[in-house]
Amino acid sequence: MSGILPVALGSATKLIGLIMLSTKEYIAVAQLHEPVEEARLREVIKEFIGKIYQRPPLRSSVKRALRVKTVYEIELLEYEFPYALLRIKCEHGTYVRKLIHDIGLILGVGAHMRELRRIRTGPFKEDSTLVTMHELSEAVYLYKNENDDSALRKSILPAEYIVSHMRKVVVVDGAVSAISHGADLAIPGISMIHENIRRGERVAIFSLKGEIVAVGRALMSTEEVLERRKGIAVKTRRVIIKRGTYPRSWRRKQSK
Amino acid sequence: MSKEDITREGIEFIRRLDEYGEVRDKLIVVKEALTDPAYGKLPTQRSVDELLDLGVVNLDKPPGPTSHEVVAWLKNILGIEKAGHGGTLERP
Repeated sequence: MSGILPVALGSATKLIGLIMLSTKEYIAVAQLHEPVEEARLREVIKEFIGKIYQRPPLRSSVKRALRVKTVYEIELLEYEFPYALLRIKCEHGTYVRKLIHDIGLILGVGAHMRELRRIRTGPFKEDSTLVTMHELSEAVYLYKNENDDSALRKSILPAEYIVSHMRKVVVVDGAVSAISHGADLAIPGISMIHENIRRGERVAIFSLKGEIVAVGRALMSTEEVLERRKGIAVKTRRVIIKRGTYPRSWRRKQSK
Repeated sequence: MSKEDITREGIEFIRRLDEYGEVRDKLIVVKEALTDPAYGKLPTQRSVDELLDLGVVNLDKPPGPTSHEVVAWLKNILGIEKAGHGGTLERP
């Protein structure tokens, strides 16, 4: 398999788990074992859109219990027997190899996966940010030997891109320090907020400079935040910004 | 950089992230505020060393090595101890 594999560096590693549960998109080559009409192939493919049952394959890293997965889209891009080129958009954890095997079963002729390329995971896709191992090693070479950091700085995106697909809450400077020490976010600390945040949704907390401060779970919807004056809006889950980046604006209770 | 300028650039960066992540919801101002240039840093101004601790590579994995091997290689050439990938791309 080839394709999109976002790799988080250093402290950003704490964020990468958020990508694992996101929607994936693949390009796959299926090989059919006997010829079928294209119309028939299209018909059968359509049946696999929606909720499907899958038992993980023998060689897999998860428990082999029957699982329900959602396939959002399957598009037949090209068909020339024995090969069918497919674009598949599905829930994380869907086995494309299994999906193609099952399509072969329903077709009655059998099929298996020949090639697979991931073209999307979460916000990361095949665009100008995509870097090959070759390009990366060249950028490292220029940085180390020619003192030129331009290629490397272009190859590494700020960690904030990992949460770019999440709805965001932007906080005032005075709130950053408290959050960095694990405090939850109260309404007075909010400067901006995305519309349509629902209660329980995972949100990203940003500083006004665009730095990722933390990720958390919304305890209030956007409407509730706009209506109320106080209360906890976001429960802090994972702090990214280093303590001490912003000064303390809160006081410890004096213990005498 | 003035408070106004750095705040404008910070918000501009967040809007670029929204565009990248295809978040189409509007960002609503709850309270007007400015950020102090004395603390923190625009993500776009990070040095290589800073990016190595707070960065991500949108890597195009070739078909040969496993995801695990690719991450080990990347840690090695970048000279860092910690890195992690987002979801295995298993071998065919």
